[in-house]
Amino acid sequence: MSQGVEMVGLYVRDQDEAVTFYVEKLGFKIHTDVKNGTYRWLTVQHPDQPSFQLGLFVPEQPMIDAAGAKALRELLAKGAMPPLVMAVDDCRAAYDRMKARGVEFTQEPTERYGNVDASFRDPSGNGWKLMQSARKK
Amino acid sequence: MTLDPDVLRRLLRARDRMDAAPHEEWPVHRLARVSGVSHAYFARSFKQAFGVPPHRYLLTRRIERATALLRDTELSITDIAFGTGWNSVGTFGRTFHDVVGENPSELRARARAEAHQLADVPACYTAAALRPDLTIAVSEKRRRMANGNDRSTTGGSHEPRRRNGRSLRARPR
Repeated sequence: MSQGVEMVGLYVRDQDEAVTFYVEKLGFKIHTDVKNGTYRWLTVQHPDQPSFQLGLFVPEQPMIDAAGAKALRELLAKGAMPPLVMAVDDCRAAYDRMKARGVEFTQEPTERYGNVDASFRDPSGNGWKLMQSARKK
Repeated sequence: MTLDPDVLRRLLRARDRMDAAPHEEWPVHRLARVSGVSHAYFARSFKQAFGVPPHRYLLTRRIERATALLRDTELSITDIAFGTGWNSVGTFGRTFHDVVGENPSELRARARAEAHQLADVPACYTAAALRPDLTIAVSEKRRRMANGNDRSTTGGSHEPRRRNGRSLRARPR
């Protein structure tokens, strides 16, 4: 596939903390980590999904004005950012593995309509759903 | 009072805990402990952060959960009342009606008559989107209803809302 969505950025409160979380706790790999002055372009990649990058960015000046950056940091911490979904083959196994690594789960694996899902948050407050879909089997 | 993002993140943890187990009792001291702040500070800062006091937030989650159980299961209304954290079926029915605008049994009958078109949306997001947006206390709502000042509902109903100048704000769909 040569066309499609290549990168989607997330806001995080701290890029060092975020990259540690996504790499060490979730198993992502660093794709790009480039600094230009104080600006840091940081993306990670799911090991099974080489065509997609997840960007980890801090809401900060001069990309955003000071009041806007402050508002975004507050909204992020309040869990107000949009939903994120990660597909897994086995939700309960993924839950056990991630929980053992210290991931903060907000909902244990639950079966609904044949799907099994669980919820967790990254350290910044982004809410993820782990989704094992019955339809894929 | 400006809330530091680190405090907000810890308040979110308390809200997440209520989301995970809305049928449990969540007195402020328990929530404050989850957030690692004092009782008094929690009560003030939660409302500032999330727009509603914690007990009312919990109420919306219980109503939402009860609505889903009425819609999606065969559980009796008694079982649903106790299973979602109420201590009495009467209180459940009265509160449910005041918040949603119809009785549990009416909602169940209507929901079953409607086609389910939400199967492709993860259930938790559907639930969150359909959560009643309770912007005033239930007691205040009852008072306004009694005075004939408020004919609106706070969500959960798919009926068009009649509104007047003093009605509750409903979340746009």
